[in-house]
Amino acid sequence: MSKILEVNLVKKGFGSLGNIVLETTPALGRVTIYMVHSFLWFLRPPFRWKLFVNEIVFVGNKSLFIVGLTASFSGMVFAFQIYSGFTAFSVDSFVGPIVAIAVTKELAPVFCGLVVAGRCGAAMAAQIGTMKVTEQVDALEVMGVNAIQYLAVPKIFATIFSMPMLAAIYMLIANVGSYLVGTKILGIDEAQYFAKASDFMNLNMILEGLIKAAVFGYIIAIIGTYQGFAVRGGAEGVGKGTNLAVVWGMILVLVVDFFLTAVLTKIL
Amino acid sequence: MEENQKYTIEFEHVTKTFGQHTVLNGLDFKIHEGKITTLLGFSGAGKSTILKHILGIYHPTDGAVRVLGKDLSTMIEKDVRQFRTNFGMSFQYSALFDSMTNFENVAFPLREFTKLSETEIVTKVLKLMEQTGLEEHAFQKLPSEISGGMRKRVGLARALALEPKIMLYDEPTTGLDPITTHMVDDLIRSTHNRNAHIPMTTVIISHDIAATLRISDYVAFLEKGRVVEHSSVEDFKRSKNPTIQKFIELST
Repeated sequence: MSKILEVNLVKKGFGSLGNIVLETTPALGRVTIYMVHSFLWFLRPPFRWKLFVNEIVFVGNKSLFIVGLTASFSGMVFAFQIYSGFTAFSVDSFVGPIVAIAVTKELAPVFCGLVVAGRCGAAMAAQIGTMKVTEQVDALEVMGVNAIQYLAVPKIFATIFSMPMLAAIYMLIANVGSYLVGTKILGIDEAQYFAKASDFMNLNMILEGLIKAAVFGYIIAIIGTYQGFAVRGGAEGVGKGTNLAVVWGMILVLVVDFFLTAVLTKIL
Repeated sequence: MEENQKYTIEFEHVTKTFGQHTVLNGLDFKIHEGKITTLLGFSGAGKSTILKHILGIYHPTDGAVRVLGKDLSTMIEKDVRQFRTNFGMSFQYSALFDSMTNFENVAFPLREFTKLSETEIVTKVLKLMEQTGLEEHAFQKLPSEISGGMRKRVGLARALALEPKIMLYDEPTTGLDPITTHMVDDLIRSTHNRNAHIPMTTVIISHDIAATLRISDYVAFLEKGRVVEHSSVEDFKRSKNPTIQKFIELST
């Protein structure tokens, strides 16, 4: 009896796995085709500069406050945490370089990615999804305007363009926050903080952070716009699309970060 | 059909299937140039599928659709997009771009497809808005800030911006009150008459039998993916087809 139960459980397990594969594979195919289409439409004129600039304002400029806030507090908290561990071994002078490296290579691109996925990925899916269910996307197509080129391409390339800038601002603010906490509150010597930080930091680390930010920007915008076009039904469909854009955007930022780190640490 | 009659849109033995489901079943019919033709039929009869074939969004599984003498299924995507400037489309719920003002909505096709200067665009938009009976206070408002009837007018003005040869209306009076419905019907007829010089062919998809009989020149009745009656309004009223008789009877 228990053997039959075990066999059934194994069968059920394989069945579920099969279902996941069957559902995921076509979706991956559709996203890949969408990525190719969006790139091809980017190459075709006209390039809509006005929409591109508007999207930079939305993704970049309007994310500045939340990115700045996240950067300042994460930098300060990080300084506290590193200090409390390092001071036990009397190596508190290493707080500067450790925070600088962590912020530059990891925290800046990943946190910016999570913030932009939550803020802009969701908005992209909601905007395009609403346009889809209210026939605005059809109206564009009927007029002879390609909806991917008009709606998605400016968003995708504005996000790729804005993310490294946001990450650079994040790096700056987080390091300033860490410096202030480290030197003004925790009493680390200012000269030592700078000296150690500049000993361990190099330009390639900044480059790694900026490349990651640009890649995350691409992923977030592709997922956000794709989910918008994939919306079916009415308000419920828009809600689902928005939710999927945020969830998949955040998951992919974290997953891709692992592989990108593995590749970039070898290249740079 | 008359020998010397010109046709703008021709469906020849068109079959359209989606998987196992056949929506159009050997459809044969032609739409007269410069006339108003209304497609009537029950829900799911294939009216919207016909519209999408005309626009080149769908291609027939079998048979051919010719619009202005061209088979869109044989054209490359770039040419299809360019060809679509021959169409004006009024959507069921207007489909206005909600982030743009009503003025910008009407100006949109002009900015996309013409090289007119901004002054010329403003002049043309104002003329279109006047033609469609839009009041000045609506120009700088968003579509969400005006009534359903006014939105229909903005949608119509936008559709007319490029002086289309074929004007398509998808359920133009759905969800409107009787007075606004009457106003929209009159607007369709007057728009058609005003553009007789193009000459403009008008195709309407509708369930509204009273409006159809009032403003159409020809009526095509669809049933199970085929046109079972295609005639002038007067002949349509006298049709012996029991389904059509029932449709007219129940609708009026």
